Amino acid sequence: MAQLTQDATAQSPTNGGDYLIEVKHLKKYFPIKKGLFSRTVGNVRAVDDVSFGIQAGECFGLVGESGCGKSTLARVMLQLQSATDGQILFENEDILKYSGRQMRDLRKKMQIIFQDPFGSLNPRFTVRDIIGEPLKVHTNLSAKQIDDRVVELLSTVGLDPARRGRYPHEFSGGQRQRIGIARAIALNPRFVVADEAVSALDVSVQSQVLNLLMKLQRELGLTYLFIAHGLNVVRHISDRVGVMYLGKMVEVSTTDELFKHPLHPYTAALLSAIPRAEIGRKRERIVLQGDVPSPANPPSGCRFHTRCPFAKERCKTEEPPLRRVTDDRLVACHFPLE
Amino acid sequence: MAEPLLEIRNLNTGFVTENGIVKALDGVSIRIDKGQVVCLVGESGSGKSVTSMNVMRLSDYDGGIVLEGEILFDGRDLLKLSQEEMRKIRGNRIAMIFQEPMNALNPVFTVGDQIAEALYLHKGISKEEAGKEAVKMLRMVGIPEPEIRAKQFPHELSGGMCQRVVIAMALICRPELVIADEPTTALDVTVQAQILDLLRNLKEEFNTSILLITHDMGVAAEMADRIAVMYAGTIVEEGTVEQMFTQPLHPYTVGLLNSIPGLEGARGTELYTIKGSIPSLANLPKGCRFHPRCPFATDRCRSEEPPLRDVGDGRRSACWYAEEVAEKAKTVMTTAGEGE
Repeated sequence: MAQLTQDATAQSPTNGGDYLIEVKHLKKYFPIKKGLFSRTVGNVRAVDDVSFGIQAGECFGLVGESGCGKSTLARVMLQLQSATDGQILFENEDILKYSGRQMRDLRKKMQIIFQDPFGSLNPRFTVRDIIGEPLKVHTNLSAKQIDDRVVELLSTVGLDPARRGRYPHEFSGGQRQRIGIARAIALNPRFVVADEAVSALDVSVQSQVLNLLMKLQRELGLTYLFIAHGLNVVRHISDRVGVMYLGKMVEVSTTDELFKHPLHPYTAALLSAIPRAEIGRKRERIVLQGDVPSPANPPSGCRFHTRCPFAKERCKTEEPPLRRVTDDRLVACHFPLE
Repeated sequence: MAEPLLEIRNLNTGFVTENGIVKALDGVSIRIDKGQVVCLVGESGSGKSVTSMNVMRLSDYDGGIVLEGEILFDGRDLLKLSQEEMRKIRGNRIAMIFQEPMNALNPVFTVGDQIAEALYLHKGISKEEAGKEAVKMLRMVGIPEPEIRAKQFPHELSGGMCQRVVIAMALICRPELVIADEPTTALDVTVQAQILDLLRNLKEEFNTSILLITHDMGVAAEMADRIAVMYAGTIVEEGTVEQMFTQPLHPYTVGLLNSIPGLEGARGTELYTIKGSIPSLANLPKGCRFHPRCPFATDRCRSEEPPLRDVGDGRRSACWYAEEVAEKAKTVMTTAGEGE
């Protein structure tokens, strides 16, 4: 059962070289402990042998159902959690081999915007303190210089700098998310993870924040890893999209291609499940049966075969590797859709 | 003409706070016919949930007061009933599906017992009979191995399963009206699709009326017969689903529909936005409540509040310029598209 399905022999789906950040065969297992002596009885394989890369200046969207390992993958890439195995290359250097000091320096270059605009800001800090904190930790700027930078950042994200002495509760959800964005870009990072950064916002505010994220990307040359479960949002902002299922990357493609012709049945099912804000159009919907299986005990063979409407014998026994179909498309399926 | 099941007439409600009464709903009127699905859409804080809590008379427990209006359910004014009489209706003839399935279930009872409870309380049948019915209901909402699942506790089920249990609980007494408050918001799209299918099937089978509260225009497009758009405690537009999506007659509806990134068309373009954010109910702007965010606001909008009026074809809009909205919206949309 707990045999590790490794396909290290599979051709590397990454082409190396021009990626800002690249992961190779990345694994993150959480041990399940039981009994008096906390013996490890198994592993939750949150991220299981994932390889992909993000080019500089690109926005890479990551989609999948809750529990598929999207957030864990992002946190491991930022080294907010340690990796179990694999490599993370940032500017072609393996950051898993970095010392604490090197890692600390690197953190200036990679930042995160969190989902919950209420939980991710310290309620006892003023906005100036919140945005100034990374500057205080990582730079030698004086208090005056930090304040100047905070003013600059607040106007960049479209907030009134005069309100920097206020506390987070005095701001609305959308404004708080702007504060979180200002904090993330304070150190001029190269790589920013947006983990469900717009999911908690109302549509009218969501579009404002999306516009801001796109503007910042253009003006500051940011590289995004954009995680969201709203597929229309991901489509709008991303250049390429990766689809995850149960800890595995099952499809990677340019956005237009993915939404036009999904190759993996899971991608097709996800896309067909989106309720469309339009009428008079009857669509063929692939309704998936049941729930996502437990990542502690994933199905044999292709992990999706238990819910796949097209599963065949081979899918039950043999795990499909993520393979290159065309130049910019990768899919992990024995029988990709036409 | 279809029979009305629920008619909310000119409902004005508020909450008692330290600083006096904050008005939550201002002149809300909605009608739901038998077997009809009416969607309430709008942003958070627009009064969607308050409306449903008033129909259920649950806001009484949260310091809510009704200032004016009536809620006619099958000809009876619910606002005139005592809580004791209301208890006979609640869960029996009107049932509610809540947003957070995990929080709506009691963690210390098995799901089977929780579903059966409504049945033996309201219909006076034995617990054993009710238990059997609960298992049947679980099967109906698509839970595999219902006999085993009925004996499990909520924490042993996934989010989607819990939502099915909540739906089973709401439907066990065959209510005439189901109020579903964001029933799929906490769920993944794949599970959301399953739950929406389920609600549709149940509606067809039992001719249940549904008041569906959602902020997702996509869900509304799929489920609704009629849509009512709420903004800052009032209904600003109401009409059939076709009317709303083909030609919205209120600038707020136009904004809502256009700020959603589509699944076709250009990507990476600047999205249409409604500037600013929803006003606080304690501090509403003068005139039309939407005017500070409206791209077409005129002096009249700033001083006079537009009533929700008939604008033909059985639809209503609360905009002074409802008839011109479609024309105006075109110009705004093209400029937004060329913005970048």
